Amino acid sequence: MPAEMILRDKTYPIPSGMTIRHALEKIGVNPDTVLPTRDGELLTDDELIRDGDRIRLIAVISGGRSPSAGSPHGSAI
Amino acid sequence: MKCRKCGAKAALNMRQHRLALCAEHFLEWLPDQTQRFIQKYRMFLPEERILVAVSGGKDSLSLWDILSRLGYSADGLYIDLGIDHGTGYSTVSRQKAAAFAESHMLKLLIVDVPATLGASIPTAARLTHRGAQKPCSVCGMTKRHIMNRMARDLGYDVLATGHNLDDEAAVLFGNTLTWATGYLARQGPVLDAETGFVRKVKPFCRLYERETAAYALLRGIDYVYEECPLADGATSIFYKDVLSRMETERPGIKLAFYLSFLQARLGGFLAAPSSIAASEMHPCPACGQPTTSVDVCSFCRTWNAVRTRREAEGPGE
Ligand code: SF4
Ligand SMILES: [Zn+2]
Ligand SMILES: [Zn+2]
Repeated sequence: MPAEMILRDKTYPIPSGMTIRHALEKIGVNPDTVLPTRDGELLTDDELIRDGDRIRLIAVISGGRSPSAGSPHGSAI
Repeated sequence: MKCRKCGAKAALNMRQHRLALCAEHFLEWLPDQTQRFIQKYRMFLPEERILVAVSGGKDSLSLWDILSRLGYSADGLYIDLGIDHGTGYSTVSRQKAAAFAESHMLKLLIVDVPATLGASIPTAARLTHRGAQKPCSVCGMTKRHIMNRMARDLGYDVLATGHNLDDEAAVLFGNTLTWATGYLARQGPVLDAETGFVRKVKPFCRLYERETAAYALLRGIDYVYEECPLADGATSIFYKDVLSRMETERPGIKLAFYLSFLQARLGGFLAAPSSIAASEMHPCPACGQPTTSVDVCSFCRTWNAVRTRREAEGPGE
């Protein structure tokens, strides 16, 4: 049974047996920008992917925040 | 991978610190770190009253959570900007902020921009030159004004925001590329109080965005995942992306970039904060907040114009 990775509304099929880090490299996602979870549990990226796994990736990089003081745009939250 | 403290299965590996921790120990470690930076940069004292700017996002809610866990007296301030754009952004984020406050028995102050100022941010942006192409300019100015006024009028000692290391490094990167020395001189963990302006602090400035996101997740904080639909985040996302790619090759480089900047700033390599001479500042005749303009401040000027133009347009948006 294949495994898959889900980031936002995209699903990537991935082979089981490799590490999460390796799988992220394969699908071109920078491991520093996501948190991998399985059934809501947070995983480190040396974890091996098992058959049938659904690894949900939580994107951690937000862009649209109002810039802070000291930025050309002013301040905020 | 195992937790360094207890040997159980690790939940998060922080290559930049060569540290892996289980959920339980990570949830202890992050508040400890925050406390360390609050003291190191002399952000505030235990007896001071803190107002946390809460957007409903992971950083501001995690910050509020940690400050109250650390025993600080911290109230929240949510500013409802009236941004919908088909996603109900303001409604959803306001609900998340309110739900968090309620479940943690914390006090949340809410300022409703359309109700108090007479127009939503998108409407105000449409009606002014300042915001014609970029609502963020009107929005940022409005939020700055409201945050400062609320903090001052209600007697808070300090205003805290949830900016994390990735935010700070991205801004620093942008300002360094253009050598924006005026901005560089003002960027830091603390912006001291100046006449009429309350002190501003960023207790998360040394925490990676990955760490604050992991904290929110592990604490079960329900935050808005979506971004503001008006965000013009292209540039800052680009800088964050570049920095993250460097980080993957050289774990810790983002933190080193920010810390060596703070060091240089402390060492006087940047001009002293170019604070406008206090004598040039005077209270705005309309709202009382300090300004350098001869007439009313830019906040009052902008919102007066918005109201006038709205009336001219007649009822209905
Ligand atoms: S992204 Fe722009 S418009 Fe949206 S909340 Fe931030 S400053 Fe306001
Ligand atoms: Zn542990
Ligand atoms: Zn004014």
